[in-house]
Amino acid sequence: MSKDRIIFVTKEDHATPSSAELVEEDPNDPYEEQGLILPSGEINWNCPCLGGMASGPCGTEFKDAFSCFQYSKEEVKGTDCLEQFRVMQECMQHYPELYPQEDEKVLTEQSSETDQTSQDSALAEISGANMTSTTDHVSDTTEPNTKNSVGH
Amino acid sequence: MLKCRTVWKKLAPLARAPSTVCRQNVKRAGLNNGRTPVHVPVAHMSTGFAGGGWDNQLYILLLGATCVGGGIYVYNLIKEDQQRYQNRMAQILSRSEKAAIEKTAVSIQSELSEELSPPAEAVAPGETTEPPQVILTEPAGETPATEPPKPQPDIVAESVGSTPAKPKVPSHAPYLLIGGGTASFAAARSIRARDPGAKVLIVTDEPDLPYMRPPLSKELWFSDDPSVTETLRFKQWNGKERSIYFQPPSFYINSEEMDSSENGGVAVLTGKKVVHMDVRGNKVKLDDDTEISYDKCLIATGGVPRNLQVIERAGDEVVKRTTLFRKVEDFKSLDKVSRNVKSITVIGGGFLGSELACALGRRSAESGLEVIQMFPEKGNMGKVLPEYLSNWTTEKVKKEGVKIISEALVKSVTYKDDRLEIKLKDGRLVKTDHIIAAVGLEPSVDLAKSAGLEVDSDFGGYRVNAELQARSNIWVAGDAACFYDIRLGRRRVEHHDHAVVSGRLAGENMTGANKPYWHQSMFWSDLGPDVGYEAIGIIDSSLPTVGVFAKATAKDTPKAATEQSGTGIRSESETEDTAISPVASPTSAPTEEQHKDDYGKGVIFYLRDKVVVGIILWNVFNRMPVARKIIKDGEEHADLNEVAKLFNIHDD
Repeated sequence: MSKDRIIFVTKEDHATPSSAELVEEDPNDPYEEQGLILPSGEINWNCPCLGGMASGPCGTEFKDAFSCFQYSKEEVKGTDCLEQFRVMQECMQHYPELYPQEDEKVLTEQSSETDQTSQDSALAEISGANMTSTTDHVSDTTEPNTKNSVGH
Repeated sequence: MLKCRTVWKKLAPLARAPSTVCRQNVKRAGLNNGRTPVHVPVAHMSTGFAGGGWDNQLYILLLGATCVGGGIYVYNLIKEDQQRYQNRMAQILSRSEKAAIEKTAVSIQSELSEELSPPAEAVAPGETTEPPQVILTEPAGETPATEPPKPQPDIVAESVGSTPAKPKVPSHAPYLLIGGGTASFAAARSIRARDPGAKVLIVTDEPDLPYMRPPLSKELWFSDDPSVTETLRFKQWNGKERSIYFQPPSFYINSEEMDSSENGGVAVLTGKKVVHMDVRGNKVKLDDDTEISYDKCLIATGGVPRNLQVIERAGDEVVKRTTLFRKVEDFKSLDKVSRNVKSITVIGGGFLGSELACALGRRSAESGLEVIQMFPEKGNMGKVLPEYLSNWTTEKVKKEGVKIISEALVKSVTYKDDRLEIKLKDGRLVKTDHIIAAVGLEPSVDLAKSAGLEVDSDFGGYRVNAELQARSNIWVAGDAACFYDIRLGRRRVEHHDHAVVSGRLAGENMTGANKPYWHQSMFWSDLGPDVGYEAIGIIDSSLPTVGVFAKATAKDTPKAATEQSGTGIRSESETEDTAISPVASPTSAPTEEQHKDDYGKGVIFYLRDKVVVGIILWNVFNRMPVARKIIKDGEEHADLNEVAKLFNIHDD
């Protein structure tokens, strides 16, 4: 018997739920890749979802603005962070190559190397939209999709 | 060792003489304690055993003379060494003096005109004589005399040469990353994210800023832009265009500004190679003799393409018609070559070889370029894919316009009549114009010796632990790292995503994280429009595999049919019969008819001791997290078909 087995299955064959057992996930596993927000509540600046925002020339300004936004307790989140965002914008204007100056696409373009969906969610967060916890799906989107030769 | 031998040879005749004479004397004196050798060397002096008192005196005289002679010789030897040592010390000192003088010379020149500088330096050599004299003791009276004349012309020459300002290499970098590739860039980003204001220095011997490698053998070849070799931009899967460079030059700071920059940054020193590493002193030396000290260091030196010995020995004409593909410059030159020759042969049937063959094969449609690919295995990706899939892939590669020569072992390559002749071991002869050798990567471990780092004998590369650490303050990531994978065991991985993952991890650990390699990296390959797969874990065709494929249903038939030959359609009707039987009973050995089946999409599990250690997602996408989970669990699954259900391979 060959060491390589082949099984052909139809859609109906796979219609019944799987009986394979998977080990339960530990959300606080320190080894795992973390999402945007760490279990401690801190921001994971190394999250692939942020692209290069926290590491670039305006990284410090970005971190200030984003932290302020994240911990903002205002009714409309981030309204007390306008100064930090202004400083960040000012810094970004010095690097038009890295941070293209179209308003809505400021962050989307620069982080084009990450997966689009995760970046859009990060962008939405920054512009004050409702922030969702990204601990679950972020790690999924770190891979390049096929044909997307991407570096994080 | 040779030195010892030559010294011994020098001393031996002297040693032999007194020893044999000694032995004779001992024998005569009757102090034979049994240790005299049975074999007394026959070829000794003519002074035989002639008896007589005066002979004794002669012997003693001779003995004494030889002893003194030996002593004088040894003394001279040592003195010579001492002199040599002192000369060397003087040289080193004068060199550092020279450097200091250079610096002052440069600063002087910036204010004065050039005519004034030689006199300024003329003063300097006078200074160099002082320190050497302090060190030099007794016999080296002659050495200082020879020293001063030397530095003078040297200094003048050097100062004239150094008027154009040299890019200053920082003398210290808190984070030093050796190598400017994917792993290094990922680490730099990680460090900057976690350590606010971090100052990261990347040192690379390439002239380019960090870039990603996969497009060099894929997307860049499919670009319609004729200036792609200059722009190096490609279209991603989502239609958006981007450069192969991770970041444009404005992202980086100048290495000279690094020290003074308040918020830190990433600086890249191009065209400089680290040649020596001093682990105790926490510093490295570059090929231009400058030194950089560090707090934390990452070695991400990647590797260099291997070559076939038969090509290396085949002479210049063959070598200059051979491409070892790895860097941007290789892409540029191969692009040019492919437009100017009639026939190209790729030697190697793995990822790089197959991708390049397909890329060139696509071009051949318009240009009439003959593309040949040859390898020792039976089919493309023979070491990666199980045989049936490897055969299927080979057919697809052929459809891309590539002439495949499988089970080919190259015996010799010769340059004849302005063409290359490749002779195979089985006698086949292939004539071509240019060769691409894609036969593997040799990890760059040049620093192992000076740094005292361990090199792995099984996989090659620097040996590191699960946290990617080689020694205190030294980490290794990317192609050059042979690391311990907690789940899958010790391994070395040469894929892009691994470079990203390991680079990130190294960066995290360099900033205090202490996390082991845990998030399993993946890889992917595209061989033309039909074959696209993603894979994770250990993908070795020598392991037993279980493949679960979506059966071509009536719905899929039109799409599948367009790609299938006549035989394919025939086999479909055969499989329709087997569809009725329950799928839980797995089919036994792949039979001939199944070989012709359309392996359109599915999941292939690679097993080691009944545990899944590798998974290929064959034309099914966005399922990688499930695959990663299964490998992470490391469980034994009784029925892999049930596991396959988790992938929903029938959905799009």
